[in-house]
Amino acid sequence: MNGNGTHNVVRLVDVTKVFRMGQEEVHALRGVTLEIKAGEYMSIMGPSGSGKSTLFNMIGALDKPTSGRVFIDEVDVAQLDAYELAWLRCRKIGYIFQTFNLIQVMTAIENVTLPMIFAGMGRDEYMDKGMELLKLVGLAERFQHKPAELSGGQQQRVAVARALANDPAIILADEPTGNLDLTTGEEIISLLKELSQQRGVTIISATHDIKMINVSDRVVWIRDGRIDRIEDREKLQVSVGQVF
Amino acid sequence: MAKTIDRQIVLPWRQVIRISFNALRARLFRSMITTSTLVLAVAFLSYTFAVYAVLEGLWPAADVALQDKILATGFTPTDGHFGTTAKDRWLVVLSLLVCTVGIINAQLMAVTERFREIGTLKCLGALDSFVIKLFVLEAAYQGFLGGAAGSVLGVGTAVLTLWARFGFPVISHVPAVSLGVLFVKSSALAVGLSLIGVMYPAWVAARMQPAIALRSEP
Repeated sequence: MNGNGTHNVVRLVDVTKVFRMGQEEVHALRGVTLEIKAGEYMSIMGPSGSGKSTLFNMIGALDKPTSGRVFIDEVDVAQLDAYELAWLRCRKIGYIFQTFNLIQVMTAIENVTLPMIFAGMGRDEYMDKGMELLKLVGLAERFQHKPAELSGGQQQRVAVARALANDPAIILADEPTGNLDLTTGEEIISLLKELSQQRGVTIISATHDIKMINVSDRVVWIRDGRIDRIEDREKLQVSVGQVF
Repeated sequence: MAKTIDRQIVLPWRQVIRISFNALRARLFRSMITTSTLVLAVAFLSYTFAVYAVLEGLWPAADVALQDKILATGFTPTDGHFGTTAKDRWLVVLSLLVCTVGIINAQLMAVTERFREIGTLKCLGALDSFVIKLFVLEAAYQGFLGGAAGSVLGVGTAVLTLWARFGFPVISHVPAVSLGVLFVKSSALAVGLSLIGVMYPAWVAARMQPAIALRSEP
């Protein structure tokens, strides 16, 4: 499950998504073709309403495309049944959200261990690993705290630990720094970067946080449901200078 | 490297029971609000039946003065036995109908406000069947607790009011067995009603695409 840099961990082929809002049709995605390599740190940038989050949901198999195909590890997601989809979401992908989405009634350790329970791990095993993950994100001593008793940054750290629970090949982050202050946001970004470098995890992050650009291997710019441009790391510095 | 997608395991009941129990415990106050309609309807039902059960227990042991007192209050035995009248049963059925609508409404609200949580659970690998089991079990606990609370309330009120009216013999001749049976029946009925209430919301919640569930406002 590590990146050898050659195979595509995610591949989108001409993906479109249309939402029906009453009489109106909203074209959130108008044909996106994209390949993401294993081990890559990729950011999806774009203004709000550009289709970023919709694209995020497509990559994460959280919603069905109206047309086009989504491959994860070269498996067509549309061909999977409910059990296989659940397995994919449980083992292959770790999700991080702007609003953290921790289960409010559960403690930090319960939140982190939940994906491992779903994966069928034994209690000793998942408790050990849960504590290890909380240690990794620097929250080991707060394992008994509920989300409401943690700061935004701490909640997002718990969410990062939870995303790592089943050693996913991909971490999908939807505006992970959107609800955090500058410093806390930077901490989360560097934590993600570390994970990508040390564990070879593919990180895909929808964002409009400029700080994300500095750590990304590639940046995909989305505009009006289409890919505007894709930039590699080398070119990034130049274009960032131009745009901002 | 061939990477196949495996199939997610179905979580054993033991785990589902543990998770649902903890979820209910953590949300006890909210659950009590959801269940309040049920508690009141069951209390009304068990009160109605308990009054006649207590009188049944009291009547054979009562002396003439007490029997006269009972008759004077408006209770009339048919063939020497006390039982619900057609009007009583009609009122009970009506109250249960109102309660069913109430509990469906309450469960719909309770489940709707947890859409995001459901979306999150699905992202973490929960199967649709897990979501359904979670809500069904929670509703069963709620039904049982609400039913137990309601029947204790109803039976308690019946015994106390009759005691206040007819004095100590009511307590010394309490028909424990038939009140016990009433308690079990009322609790079972409450569980049933609670389950009816949660079926539709749970089904809707379980079938939602995670993306849509996550988008909903808490």
